[in-house]
Amino acid sequence: MTILDVLFWVYALAAAGGAIAVVLTHNVVRMAFWLIVSLGSTAGLFFLLNADFVGTAQLLVYVGGTLVLLIFGVMLTASGPFINMRTNPGEGVLAGVIAVSLLAAIASSVCRVDWEDVSQRTAGPRGFNPQQELAERYYPPQSGSTSRAIGAALLGVRVDRDLGTARTNLSPGYLLPFEIASVHLLVVLVGAAYLARAKRRVNDRRDSEEPTGTQR
Amino acid sequence: MNPIIATSSIGEYLEGNWHLSEGWAILIAAVVHAALVLAFFGVAPLFFIWLERKVAGRIQDRLGPTRVGGRFGWLQTLADGLKLIQKEDLRPQSADPFLFNLSPYLVFVASFAAFIALPFSDGWVAQNLDVGIFFILAVMSLEVIGVILAGYSSGSKWALFGGMREAAQVVSYEIPMAICVLVPIISAGSLSLVEIGQMQSGWFWNWLIFNNPFTFIAFFAYFTVATASVKRAPFDLAEAESELVAGFHTEYSGIRWSYFFMAEYASMFAVSGIAVLLFLGGWHIGLPILDTTVPRDFPASYFANLVGLFVFVVKSCSLVFLQMWVRWTLPRLRIDQVMTTCLKYLLPISCFLFLGAAVWPLTLAASLGRTTLLPETRATVLGMDLRIGEPLGERLYKSAARVERPVLLPPEAALPGEGERR
Repeated sequence: MTILDVLFWVYALAAAGGAIAVVLTHNVVRMAFWLIVSLGSTAGLFFLLNADFVGTAQLLVYVGGTLVLLIFGVMLTASGPFINMRTNPGEGVLAGVIAVSLLAAIASSVCRVDWEDVSQRTAGPRGFNPQQELAERYYPPQSGSTSRAIGAALLGVRVDRDLGTARTNLSPGYLLPFEIASVHLLVVLVGAAYLARAKRRVNDRRDSEEPTGTQR
Repeated sequence: MNPIIATSSIGEYLEGNWHLSEGWAILIAAVVHAALVLAFFGVAPLFFIWLERKVAGRIQDRLGPTRVGGRFGWLQTLADGLKLIQKEDLRPQSADPFLFNLSPYLVFVASFAAFIALPFSDGWVAQNLDVGIFFILAVMSLEVIGVILAGYSSGSKWALFGGMREAAQVVSYEIPMAICVLVPIISAGSLSLVEIGQMQSGWFWNWLIFNNPFTFIAFFAYFTVATASVKRAPFDLAEAESELVAGFHTEYSGIRWSYFFMAEYASMFAVSGIAVLLFLGGWHIGLPILDTTVPRDFPASYFANLVGLFVFVVKSCSLVFLQMWVRWTLPRLRIDQVMTTCLKYLLPISCFLFLGAAVWPLTLAASLGRTTLLPETRATVLGMDLRIGEPLGERLYKSAARVERPVLLPPEAALPGEGERR
């Protein structure tokens, strides 16, 4: 058992334990903390897999963004000092049934894959290194440098497929889907700001004097 | 030994020369890196707190600490630290004990994690991440969670107000900070802080702040936003002694309280270090003497790196000093003024800079046939010829060649699609 295996078990147990603690805790802010532990450990697992970009994005988007929003929501909606959530048994049973069926679905699909075969076919930078000298000239021995490959794929160059071949018709890349998703998010943000803004009455004096007064 | 990979290869050195197994080599290398970074992380706040007192004293026309440790009172912080360790660790009855005890560590860890990817000299970085600056921004944004939890779990209105202000402020200032960071990254074409630093070797006009007018303005915008993001005056609304007693750490005492301060001063250094690496030439002195004459083999490059370390720390400390100077000379803003500054001024300014920096090299390439007004900077980074200001697409094609499975690409072959696209 190498140190990497130990680290995997540490992160995996922290991710699973954090997730269980989220379910079992009653205090909402403590739940947020356990969610930090769970999501942060997932980021650690990504780093162990040499997926630096995904791990960092996990830290920024999930751990940072979502949790700040969660804490905001809790603080703005809480009526008492430390709110506790009490669930009734029916909800627990329903959630348990959903969780178990989801686990069954994931487990069955994981078990159906021949992982030995997959890992041989898609050997990453660690396993695939026949020309050590050339490889070290092009990137430092430390692996996990995936951001350039991701950026190139966004523009339509798949480094694992297109490089070194004479392909002229490159794939369109992921830039367009990415932009569509981001514009979609922008629309959601604008809508949220519209819904959440302070409602003014129509006969508000200041409102009626403004030539471009906001409508209700 | 290649100086670029000097520290990232401690593990490999142990593996190769001492014949340790990979696991032990990684473990020992990790412990060495962590010990070095933690030593710096511990000592820098000691120095900065002493410096803050001396600077505050000078600005307020007094002497500051003078007695402890001889002439300049330079042991004052250590004495304070000993005092803080001995003090009782108080906790209000209405606090949430679990989160109250834990949140200082959360702040501390988030601030410490930023130093993992911060290069102190050419290749002297605990972990040479390909997404270095992205990682630092991500983990430094986690600091706010600890502050909010501290404010919430204290069970005190002052602390809650401080925590809420911090949340509102940091969430808003993260946006212009990220955009301002992107401006020099467009010119450099890399997220790796080591590569960005290496590109700025040679004369000082190679520094990214002088690369184009937009990066020049972006430096000042970044520094303003960074000051706000580490909650320093005039943006220290989370603390606001005059209104909120001590803000989010009102209820803390003893060593837990001091963790917040260690994290704050370390974060000041971290954001200043990012500014130095992104804009002010990193560890380079601005003259090409060291970069060209020093041979790239072990002892010489090691001493060049030591000089680089010194230069980097001096530059960063000057920016930290600037933050202190600002703190003791400017009045604190109101919370609505803080938000106005961010959302109505800094955010549009940074968006404008971002657009301008993206268009600049393309405009110059179309009109002048080159991408910068300055003498062209060519740097050999990790064995790859790179130009500053080169349009992003070309850089991506070029740099993608070295990332994954370089075996597929014969070394002398031209990249596919490069000819057709031009």
